[in-house]
Amino acid sequence: MDLIKSVINTLASPTILFTLIIVTFFFIFPLNDWFYRWNKRLKLDSFWTNRGGIKMFIILLVFFAFGLFDENFRLIVLKPDNVPIVGLIFLVAFFTWLSMKQAVDNDVHIENNENVNEYSDPDDKVLTWPDLVYIELIALVLCTVLLIVWSIGLQAPLEEPANPTLSPNPAKAPWYFLGLQEMLVYFDPWIAGVLFPSLMIVGLMAIPYLDTNKKGVGYYSFKQRMMAVSLYMFGWLVLWVLLIIIGTFLRGPNWNFFGPFEYWDLHKLQPLTNINLSEYVYIIWFSTGMPDNILLREIWGILLILGYFLILPPLFAKTWLKNLYNRLGNFRYSVFIILILFALSMPIKMYLRWMVNLKYIVAIPEYFFNI
Amino acid sequence: MDDQKHLEHEQNKPEDAERSTENPEEMKQSEENSTEMKIAEKKEIEPKKPEVPKKKLEKGPTKKRASIGKGSILVEPIKRRSFFSWLTLAWVAFTAATGTFFGMMLRFMFPNVLFEPKQTFKAGYPDDYTIGEVTTSLKEKYGVWIIRDTEHIYALSVVCTHLGCTPNWLQNERKFKCPCHGSGFRKSGINFEGPAPRPLERYKIVLADDGQILIDKTKKFAYEKGQWSDSESYLVV
Repeated sequence: MDLIKSVINTLASPTILFTLIIVTFFFIFPLNDWFYRWNKRLKLDSFWTNRGGIKMFIILLVFFAFGLFDENFRLIVLKPDNVPIVGLIFLVAFFTWLSMKQAVDNDVHIENNENVNEYSDPDDKVLTWPDLVYIELIALVLCTVLLIVWSIGLQAPLEEPANPTLSPNPAKAPWYFLGLQEMLVYFDPWIAGVLFPSLMIVGLMAIPYLDTNKKGVGYYSFKQRMMAVSLYMFGWLVLWVLLIIIGTFLRGPNWNFFGPFEYWDLHKLQPLTNINLSEYVYIIWFSTGMPDNILLREIWGILLILGYFLILPPLFAKTWLKNLYNRLGNFRYSVFIILILFALSMPIKMYLRWMVNLKYIVAIPEYFFNI
Repeated sequence: MDDQKHLEHEQNKPEDAERSTENPEEMKQSEENSTEMKIAEKKEIEPKKPEVPKKKLEKGPTKKRASIGKGSILVEPIKRRSFFSWLTLAWVAFTAATGTFFGMMLRFMFPNVLFEPKQTFKAGYPDDYTIGEVTTSLKEKYGVWIIRDTEHIYALSVVCTHLGCTPNWLQNERKFKCPCHGSGFRKSGINFEGPAPRPLERYKIVLADDGQILIDKTKKFAYEKGQWSDSESYLVV
């Protein structure tokens, strides 16, 4: 028992958890034909069958049932704030499975030159009233019932009046903002709190203009739009939902990482002494001491950032994104790749923080500019 | 009302007939691909458009009558002069309402009573503070930590430089730790862990005439700007 718990605790440490998920993710959601072949070979598409779905459900259920026997796990999972997140885990898993099942099903139909499941006779029409309105009414009644039962059954997590000189420990954002709060650990507030959220919204709005693939409109399919689905799922499942789950269950007092079965020790010591890139360059590598000129001090970080955004896009366009570049054209490709690079900068910065304790690549606190 | 519905229904009927005549063509298209099915659907909607002016024409004569409740009255056409006077009135009302709104907003910024502690306050005598310790007793009321080391006394701001939460002093670990994103500061206020980009700010601290410590929170000293060497940012004891 304790062995299993300590194994899970170790696996839940951010470096291992993130590496495991990122490595396996694109085999489950293949990005291109190479990954797709491996997906088939490893039979990972068996997730998206009835049997696979039931298996996933049972595994999740067993994990939570097993966890509830543990005092620390029970304390966090059954906290009224966190109950919706447990629901979210099951719901996200279910809807991912549901859509992928239909998509994979349709892929087979398309391969056999059959009609997709969503195909309907254009003459066959359904009436708004009563067909749609009845369903909406039933959904509305059920949701109301659920909310009433929920609000009676679980105490609202209200706390004492706010006090500006006393932040609760840990101070957690509402669950839907925990992904943003996790980002704020690795970035300056203006990046993680302003730039990234705006880019997420702009990026989502840009999808119909960037993705001009006419296939898959009005029906589920995976193979016809493999890259679009997999990239989106990476952003949604890994960079958003996973961060919410980490923020809810794995972040404890003083915003330290805790395994799911670990006691939330207020005095857990985690050596987190972070160093800026300029300090790495001038103090550790050159051992000359920091130069006084700000620009000279931060030039390495600035060059690195410029290189990331200016050199990588044309490099990718010439190499393994050649087809995409030809299809999208210059402007669309540039917007697409810049958005992707911004999204990727998240896990990159997280790894840099975890592995080499890098605080900021460009650190100009004098002008509130840190990257 | 029921009659009207009935009329509209009858009007729609010939349209339906048109649709059914068009259908054989569409059927062929839709068999090929479901995306083209959507285009076909659009085609169906288009023939409706020319009907709109027809309806308007039919309703034309009744339009002069605006109905209020059960009865209806004749609406007199508005004359040009009276229209301008109405426009003026509307603009005056709009300006007044907007003006009042923003005036109230402005008034809201200056409350009658301010439940804020004084920005400048006396914090006892230097000897009240033990060497090498962080005094947290003033944190709740005034929002400062007072720290005495071997030579100096200084007052640290309790606002984290990352996103403005209030860190806690952890006595065992000898550090300030922010519960929001995990920033850590040394006793001196220097940031060393987590995302905080700058050290905590120090407040102006001087000796008052009666020998007490006087702290002025309106004046801040930032390390990264080299202001900690300012003689007002610490007290020599």
